[in-house]
Amino acid sequence: MSLLEIENLRVEFDTSSGVFRALDGVSYSVDPGEVLAIVGESGSGKSVAMLALMGLLPKTAKVSADKLLFNGQDLKTLNPKQRRKLIGSEIAMIFQEPIASLNPCFNVGFQLNEALKTHTDLGKAARRDRCLELLNDVGIPDPKSRLKSYPHQMSGGQCQRVMIAMAIACSPKLLIADEPTTALDVTIQRQILELLMNLQQQTKMALIMITHDMGVVAQTADRVIVQYKGKLMEEAPVLDLFESPKNPYTKALLSALPENATGDRLPTVADFVQA
Amino acid sequence: MTQPVLKAENITRDYHVKGGLWGKSKTVNALKGINFEVHEGKTLAIVGESGCGKSTLARILTLIDPATSGDLKIDGQSINIAKTKLTPELRQKVQIVFQNPYGSLNPRQKIGKVLEEPLLLNTKKTAGERKKLADEMLVKVGLGPEHYHRYPHMFSGGQRQRIAIARALMLTPRLLVLDEPVSALDLSVQAQILNLLADLQEELNLTYVFISHDLSVVKYIADEVLVMYFGEVVEHRSRDEIFANPQHEYTQTLFAATPRADVESIRERLSN
Ligand SMILES: Nc1ncnc2c1ncn2[C@@H]1O[C@H](COP(=O)(O)OP(=O)(O)OP(=O)(O)O)[C@@H](O)[C@H]1O
Ligand SMILES: Nc1ncnc2c1ncn2[C@@H]1O[C@H](COP(=O)(O)OP(=O)(O)OP(=O)(O)O)[C@@H](O)[C@H]1O
Ligand SMILES: [Mg+2]
Ligand SMILES: [Mg+2]
Repeated sequence: MSLLEIENLRVEFDTSSGVFRALDGVSYSVDPGEVLAIVGESGSGKSVAMLALMGLLPKTAKVSADKLLFNGQDLKTLNPKQRRKLIGSEIAMIFQEPIASLNPCFNVGFQLNEALKTHTDLGKAARRDRCLELLNDVGIPDPKSRLKSYPHQMSGGQCQRVMIAMAIACSPKLLIADEPTTALDVTIQRQILELLMNLQQQTKMALIMITHDMGVVAQTADRVIVQYKGKLMEEAPVLDLFESPKNPYTKALLSALPENATGDRLPTVADFVQA
Repeated sequence: MTQPVLKAENITRDYHVKGGLWGKSKTVNALKGINFEVHEGKTLAIVGESGCGKSTLARILTLIDPATSGDLKIDGQSINIAKTKLTPELRQKVQIVFQNPYGSLNPRQKIGKVLEEPLLLNTKKTAGERKKLADEMLVKVGLGPEHYHRYPHMFSGGQRQRIAIARALMLTPRLLVLDEPVSALDLSVQAQILNLLADLQEELNLTYVFISHDLSVVKYIADEVLVMYFGEVVEHRSRDEIFANPQHEYTQTLFAATPRADVESIRERLSN
């Protein structure tokens, strides 16, 4: 059975210039232990789909779906209490803008400890050890002194890694990682990806990896979904996608890699896809 | 040789961190004496490990935070914001695109107003002219006039990043410091933004300081590359030299760790 099943997901927003359809009938599923990469143009609805699934969109959003199942459970009919219980323990998310999702008023140690308190049965001492272990796992130097740091006292990449530590703290069944390594240099990126892949192999955690970095896709994904303007354009096993991309947008994505620049201009999607 | 647009001499920056109720307070030496200069129409890329002090330096270069010590010269003029007030002229000259676009946008301000504000404060343009310039800028960064009336939370991560770039370009600054400006953008929009920056540089002779951890982007945009490590400059050479022959150990590791996006390496991973 799939861990996550999405069928015909639609999201519409009321805006001053009328109704805007951010997501137009998207369907896909994720198996336990699988790594699904989602790539696609900026604004194509990648984050909105995940927020819809977690029930985190603002009231101006109209969400509908034929199916929205997690572990056989219907996410559409969960009440807020059931949802809070599920999110954080069984489904965790690394948000695209880490600093916006850490609480500015509490230090890192407090926030990590709260997550462990809510979602695990660890005692006080065990929680402290676990906090240090998690910070160490995500490559934060001198974890002990970092426990007292506030988000504004950390660099962009340090915040991103604390966010990752929070998300994996409770060994979720499904981890949604929205651009998890954008603020990290490649050496730390590699460490984080290895950490996530190890977790996924050891605990059968499923991973949805939203990324624009085709190198990250190549190194992690089992299967890839390509989104464009709210629609699903292509779905393929990772090797097939790189070897023989079918959709013009996918081809555009692969050739827009800066290392493929010819002359002094980079190719953009407009060079491949008619608007 | 002509005078550099930007010259940093021995810039240091310390952060004093309180150590809790009884803990001793501690000093973090985030920058330990940074020296470099950038000439008109050139792009200096800054790379370095997370936490090495890049954003700290960016805020000092753009006159947002003062340095703890050292001398910063813009067009030959020494500037110390701890001592003297900034002139409007200087404010217009130097712009920044922050690493964290969400935090730098006022949630209650419509995007059109966000873009017009620098014009309102620093120029005598009429409302009509301002609106026209804002609409044009939206199109240049791959958004559209229909986005003029929307608030920051109504945009995707990459769209917000482009709004931050658009805002910084409204006054056509002489020096633009961009802190990871394309890190959240898909490759095609990234290409559009990099092309736009290159066009503006050619047309108006803008000077860029471009912070990025993405080496393929650096290779495309930079004239010179400066590598930072734990608050120090460990290597600073022309792009071609550094890519051909990285000297410092950190630079070498950085180059070796770049993930490969080719069919061969995927095959290899899947066969394990
Ligand atoms: N609250 C909202 N009101 C109106 N439109 C919205 C709102 N939230 C998102 N949108 C729009 O929905 C579309 C999809 O946004 P989403 O954040 O899912 O994009 P994305 O694929 O994650 O892009 P990126 O790669 O830039 O993060 C965008 O065009 C965005 O402007
Ligand atoms: N307000 C502050 N108080 C205390 N320490 C700080 C503060 N701001 C930054 N630091 C520390 O200074 C160091 C440099 O931070 P900076 O944000 O400049 O790094 P960076 O090179 O931009 O990293 P990244 O690539 O992760 O964004 C970090 O160790 C950070 O924790
Ligand atoms: Mg997004
Ligand atoms: Mg930074």
